[in-house]
Amino acid sequence: MFESFTTRTKQRFCWPQLLLWVVVIAVIVAAPVVLPVFRLNLLGRFLSLAIVALGIDLIWGFTGLLSLGQGIFFAVGGYAAAMYLQLNSSEGQPNGIPEFFSLYGVDRLPFFWEPFHNPVFTLIAIWFVPALLAAVLGNMVFRNRIKGVYFSILTQAALLVFFNFFNGQQKLINGTNGLKTDVTQLFGQMIGSPEMQRGFFWLTCLMVFLTWFFVRWVVRGRFGDVLIAIRDDEPRLRFTGFNPTLFKTIVFAIAGGLAGIGGALFTVQSGIVSPQYMAVPFSIEMVIWVAVGGRGTLVGAIFGAVAIMYTKSLVSEAWPQGWLFIQGGLFILVVTALPEGVIGWLKSDGPRNLLSRIGFVRPIGTYPQLEMDGQDEVQT
Amino acid sequence: MTMPLLELRQITVSFDGFLALRDLNLNLKPGELRAVIGPNGAGKTTFLDVITGKTTPSEGDVMFKGRSLLGTREHRIARLGIGRKFQSPRVFEKLSVQENLALAVSCPKQPWSLLVGGLNASQRDQVHHLMSIVNLQNRADWAAGSLSHGQKQWLEIAMLVGQDPDLLLVDEPVAGLTDEETDLTADLLKSLAGDHTVLVIEHDMEFIRRLESPVTVLHQGHVLCEGTMDQVQADPRVIEVYLGTTQEDNG
Ligand SMILES: Nc1ncnc2c1ncn2[C@@H]1O[C@H](COP(=O)(O)OP(=O)(O)OP(=O)(O)O)[C@@H](O)[C@H]1O
Ligand SMILES: [Mg+2]
Repeated sequence: MFESFTTRTKQRFCWPQLLLWVVVIAVIVAAPVVLPVFRLNLLGRFLSLAIVALGIDLIWGFTGLLSLGQGIFFAVGGYAAAMYLQLNSSEGQPNGIPEFFSLYGVDRLPFFWEPFHNPVFTLIAIWFVPALLAAVLGNMVFRNRIKGVYFSILTQAALLVFFNFFNGQQKLINGTNGLKTDVTQLFGQMIGSPEMQRGFFWLTCLMVFLTWFFVRWVVRGRFGDVLIAIRDDEPRLRFTGFNPTLFKTIVFAIAGGLAGIGGALFTVQSGIVSPQYMAVPFSIEMVIWVAVGGRGTLVGAIFGAVAIMYTKSLVSEAWPQGWLFIQGGLFILVVTALPEGVIGWLKSDGPRNLLSRIGFVRPIGTYPQLEMDGQDEVQT
Repeated sequence: MTMPLLELRQITVSFDGFLALRDLNLNLKPGELRAVIGPNGAGKTTFLDVITGKTTPSEGDVMFKGRSLLGTREHRIARLGIGRKFQSPRVFEKLSVQENLALAVSCPKQPWSLLVGGLNASQRDQVHHLMSIVNLQNRADWAAGSLSHGQKQWLEIAMLVGQDPDLLLVDEPVAGLTDEETDLTADLLKSLAGDHTVLVIEHDMEFIRRLESPVTVLHQGHVLCEGTMDQVQADPRVIEVYLGTTQEDNG
């Protein structure tokens, strides 16, 4: 009889979630058949953004760390992938190094490019370098107990620093032009070819699933409880004997690594990585996906990223200026009416409440069991 | 003579010139139960802040098990064996009762061990045992935030006990509890003393009397006097301090 009092929304099974999974799997299976390559490619890109969103959900939805700088890690992952692909395709070029170097009169490969000849190193660097960067940046902030809005501002400042740095380094990484990947080769095939793109689509779907499982494993159990406790009352946690700095550094590094993986997959499906991936609005958009989808619900993060980006691409085709208004409106809607996001709203009996408000379903009393208790008393 | 478990030596805490604690000395023997009383603003909570590493004293030293705690971070002090219950109950509101207790009994409290394993059997028993002590077993899956004030107090006491510290610092444990619950809390704390060292801060004099422990009276950041409850209540200085504050409150 106490069940209806339970206010926990975490880990509760419910039908909208199941329904959503069915839809998601159906879409993924049907997509390559139904969608033209152009749309399939878009979907693949948005799914790679879902990986980034899962990381943001981990640090923001669960741990309460609002990072406005995930673009850093996203771009670094993308650059790692692009550097390997460029090197892999530069045999015929002058000096055997990527073509753009000759524009700036560079005839020797910068030292940090060297290890990217190696595919295994590259596969590790894609997530490890951003994770390490996040761990170092995060630890500097967390150990000084910088929290809340100050943390957000610092992450955004770091984003701007990286953006400007990458923009200015023509001789190292082609500066503002970025690195192209669509005409590079992998396994003797052009990255931009339809077959390759289909392969990347499947790979991205697989990575989304793996990431989802991984993050779910992280947030379930006591580790996840510690994250929620950090969000609730971090000082209290210290007096219980936990070191919040360590936990925050770890999850921030995980989110950074996931952003790197998402960035690499996004890059190979977009055909280019450029400092624009570190533009401030883009990193803010990432946060909006999670807010709209539902903080603290993993499905919400995936749904938010894919649904918003797909809608964005459809709207932008029809009405190029319109998207900003819609995005702003969505954000206001979430802040005012759906603070738990769409999935959070579905999980917390939102639809029933809405239906009852417009008169379709009889509202349930707040304390049905009290009524029953009363009847019991009358009967006995 | 046994070495004191906790020793505060001439502690002074200054908040922008305001001395919340002035030259405070206090010793706790292992296994002792000690009550601390004092009017509002006497510095009782501040002195717990000093022990647990939340506030750094401007002068003096805190010795625990023979080593200085100054400069040690809060979580390390907690791991050394000092647990604390806060004045207004602080539990993790979004976690369930059971999860709150699971975090308290977890050991070691390192990320990796929390990630790969659950509680072991004895820790699970401990969680259930604690829930039955504080009468929350049928609230196990409730969010702690949905508990009543008194239930939160008890949950936090249970978390403190679950942490199994050598020294329990308990700040106003019975505020908001019923008389019956107050008596149960007193019995619980008394039963913990002996194996643990317990320091209780409380305004409820009936509760303090029931603890049957030595009482330390704090006033304006300084120890006013120490003794049994009867001795302390008969002390003219204590009467003056309490009456003085009452008159101020009334006026
Ligand atoms: N962080 C702070 N900054 C400035 N002054 C403080 C701070 N913390 C406590 N004080 C002051 O120090 C004095 C002692 O406060 P403390 O909370 O220790 O009192 P207390 O004995 O616990 O009182 P109560 O019985 O009301 O809980 C008070 O005058 C309080 O205003
Ligand atoms: Mg106090």
